Amino acid sequence: MKIQDHVELYKREDYLELFEKKKKDFEETCPEEEINRIIEYTKTEEYKEKNFSRKALTINPAKACQPLGAVLCALGFKDTLPFVHGSQGCVAYFRSHLSRHFKEPVPAVSTSMTEDAAVFGGLSNLIEGLENAYKLYSPRMFAISTTCMAEVIGDDLNAFIKKAKADGVISPNILSPHANTPSFVGSHINGYDSMLRAILSHVSQGLKPAQGEHINIIPGFDTYTGNYREIKRILNMMNIPYILLADISDTLDSPNFGEYEMYPGGTPLSDVVRASGAIATISLQKYSTSKTGEFIRDIWHQPFVDVPYPLGIKNTDILLNVICDLTDKPIPEELLNERGRAVDAMIDSYAYIHGKRFALVGDPDLLLGLISFLLELGGVPVHIVCTNGDESFEEEAYRILEREPLFGKQAKVYIRKDLWHLRSLLFTEPVDFLLGNSYCKALWKDTGVPLIRVGFPIFDRHHMHRMPIIGYQGAINLLTLMVNTILDELDRETKDSPSFDVIR
Amino acid sequence: MSKIIGLDTNKLIDDVLKAYPEKTAKERRKHLLQNDPECTSSTCQLKSNVKSRPGVMTSRGCAYAGSKGVVWGPIKDMVHISHGPVGCGQYSWWSRRNYAVGITGINSFVAMHITSDFQENDIVFGGDKKLEQLIREIKEMFPLAKGITIQCECPVGLIGDDIESVARNMTKELGIPVIPVRCEGFRGISQSLGHHIANDSIRDWVLGKVKGSLKKSTSYDVIILGDYNIGGEAWSSRKILEEMGLRVIAQIPGDCTLGELANLPKPRLILVHCYRSTNYLARYLEETYDIPWLEYNFFGPTKIYESIRKIAQKFDEKIIERGEKVIEKYKPIMDAVIEKYRPRLEGKRVMLYVGGLRPRHIVGAYEDLGMVVVATGYEFAHRDDYERTYKELPKNALIYDDPSHYELEKFAEALKPDLVGSGIKEKYVYHKMGMPFRQMHSWDYSGPYHGFDGFPVFARDMDMAVNNPSWKLIKGRKK
Repeated sequence: MKIQDHVELYKREDYLELFEKKKKDFEETCPEEEINRIIEYTKTEEYKEKNFSRKALTINPAKACQPLGAVLCALGFKDTLPFVHGSQGCVAYFRSHLSRHFKEPVPAVSTSMTEDAAVFGGLSNLIEGLENAYKLYSPRMFAISTTCMAEVIGDDLNAFIKKAKADGVISPNILSPHANTPSFVGSHINGYDSMLRAILSHVSQGLKPAQGEHINIIPGFDTYTGNYREIKRILNMMNIPYILLADISDTLDSPNFGEYEMYPGGTPLSDVVRASGAIATISLQKYSTSKTGEFIRDIWHQPFVDVPYPLGIKNTDILLNVICDLTDKPIPEELLNERGRAVDAMIDSYAYIHGKRFALVGDPDLLLGLISFLLELGGVPVHIVCTNGDESFEEEAYRILEREPLFGKQAKVYIRKDLWHLRSLLFTEPVDFLLGNSYCKALWKDTGVPLIRVGFPIFDRHHMHRMPIIGYQGAINLLTLMVNTILDELDRETKDSPSFDVIR
Repeated sequence: MSKIIGLDTNKLIDDVLKAYPEKTAKERRKHLLQNDPECTSSTCQLKSNVKSRPGVMTSRGCAYAGSKGVVWGPIKDMVHISHGPVGCGQYSWWSRRNYAVGITGINSFVAMHITSDFQENDIVFGGDKKLEQLIREIKEMFPLAKGITIQCECPVGLIGDDIESVARNMTKELGIPVIPVRCEGFRGISQSLGHHIANDSIRDWVLGKVKGSLKKSTSYDVIILGDYNIGGEAWSSRKILEEMGLRVIAQIPGDCTLGELANLPKPRLILVHCYRSTNYLARYLEETYDIPWLEYNFFGPTKIYESIRKIAQKFDEKIIERGEKVIEKYKPIMDAVIEKYRPRLEGKRVMLYVGGLRPRHIVGAYEDLGMVVVATGYEFAHRDDYERTYKELPKNALIYDDPSHYELEKFAEALKPDLVGSGIKEKYVYHKMGMPFRQMHSWDYSGPYHGFDGFPVFARDMDMAVNNPSWKLIKGRKK
């Protein structure tokens, strides 16, 4: 029995006829010529100019809102329940969005504020929420963030939480950091930053641990669980004591043992206290940890080093050098071998990447890493779109591009622009490949530019987030993905020509 | 003790509720029920459609999700603005699988995220000016858009913007309907109010204001109302109706144009698929235009045959006869599907937790495959939904309204179902528990499941979930 599902059905004659008849008799769509005229029009310089003169309208932006980042950050701590004060729909969305990327359960609760809370404030919602969530899910820490509703009505989280504890609704020993995460300011990376700062500050408050020998690592808003495991592997290899803060690797990539565990991993809360006594903190993402960095410098009085996102050889070199400088440890031979293998792989594959033109979409730190990596391979970044990027990102991106003028000089950086802007660019100044998240497949469909999936969210391919893209091993993984996408494309291009080769 | 579920349902309910604080447990008790198929509204008092308790981890969404995500979003030749901050539109972008024929960004806008991306300034000074400007920009960017809706997110209602006046002005200025929808997420207690608000905005801003696409009526004109075309199944339903000799003058809202939507007052009969999210319009049309409506269920052969006959009865001998012919044509195919899959699924026990109509609608399809639904429930149903549910389920089955993540997990642990059907937020919890699972909102990226073309896909997918060998690889943790 051949069963046909949506893949085959809607190509079948009876359905095509149904579509045609529906269109002709009832849809009142524009005539075919008019549609074709508009399709062509959207590819023109004239349309691009109009597109870039938009002042108020955003179309297909590559950014999410602050509390999503706060929830991701909270999931990086042991026995921690992300707790979002505001409308409940937001939390349903965060949970869905993260589950679709990680293919994992995402626990988070809402205070389910409704119209009455809009009038009277959300105090009773917060108090009942803490009580219920504590009874049902017994976290050791509530990581409390806000939706725009709570922000607009101006709920005073600090006072509310104090009251909940004073009234005995939850024990005063329950940790309860809170961060204001208005969705009308910044993006998910800022929500991550605010939540992390709140957690570090709250958990370590008043405690003075002994000065340790360890370093802290902050990954930033990084949705590759493989990256967390990779950084741990590298540090273990170097025999360096470390604390990885906001470690989501075991919460968002947990083993299947036939039972559901609500808090399967995360940075232990005692480690957060110990973290304040570290030699230094290294952040792998500058733009998603700026407030946290200030806190670590000013309150913990600890060196805070934000290295470039360790994607590619040079950025990984920088990270390892920083670690070695801070700890007086050498780079082990094994890592040097890994570096050698990554460089070897790049040399074996450069021929397919050299001179190829790329468009890039993503968060600021990821983009800076990708630019650097492309330049190492002789790739040519052309359009760099960062919806949640600011002027300092723009400047930094150009600085990196100038390091390799031969490959970097064509690039233009577009901050606060969206995927619809990029669509115009891809038509007026075509590129060979596109690096970006799953939403970019719409651009692939419209323009034919092959998409190499990097970043967040990746909904439509499985398990990519489990493979690291940072470190030397990550460089090999990303290189493999890139070069093989390019080779797939080459096969497609040559399959009807005599140059359809088996050896590449 | 219930034979069906193998446990004392009431005792199970009481045990699970022990974890709650007393006040919440008392409230939650009213939302949980041991089923009696003979239930009437006076004997079965399952409480529903009230606020979720804070902090319990409800699966419910909001009014915006009900309007933008459900009712308005699929209208394909209109641009739907997510008016407010960036998140809501981001998380609901291209995620519902309500298929539409058309060219995205040219004459179809379903799979797009179009937003006013509110910044602090918009909150402080109001967003009306920005809204006006961006509506003009939409007209420039998407010249073929037939209309625009303004889907409000939380802040809009809180800062007191007057989007209605913007909508009226821009309708005049641009010559296309610009429709305000007050679906701020904090309104109501779930998606449900969003459906209602969206229905009302169609009533107020489309009916009588926008000219329908229908040129000439026939006595066989029907409308499909409340089919969201998930995985394309409004089409597989439409196909059956057309084969019966009926003319579907609009399928609303899945793969629907504004012209079709405006045909609402013109059919002989309205066929209601998702009663929960569109009954408001159906009732209005009945009261105002005297158009009758009928609920139907094209899920699984038993219900499809029943529904074909019920629908045909509303017409003449010719349609009745053609309806029988359709059944005759497809019955052997359906029988073959059952013959293949029933032996592999016979007696398997199913636990459901879904949205608008599926917790009851899909029960028959499982039964066609020999499976038993032992527990079911809704995210945002009202009393009339539960009244339609009791009779579909076996005696003593468990019914839950807006269960928390905790309740559902505990019920599943106790009931040990062979298959769980729910949503993305639940999916991976049950994967970890080693329980076969299918998403029953999105059809888990498969489908269609409705109609004669859908049932084989449904049967294949349920078999695949229950009988995939990978489940057997799970080993417990070393204790």
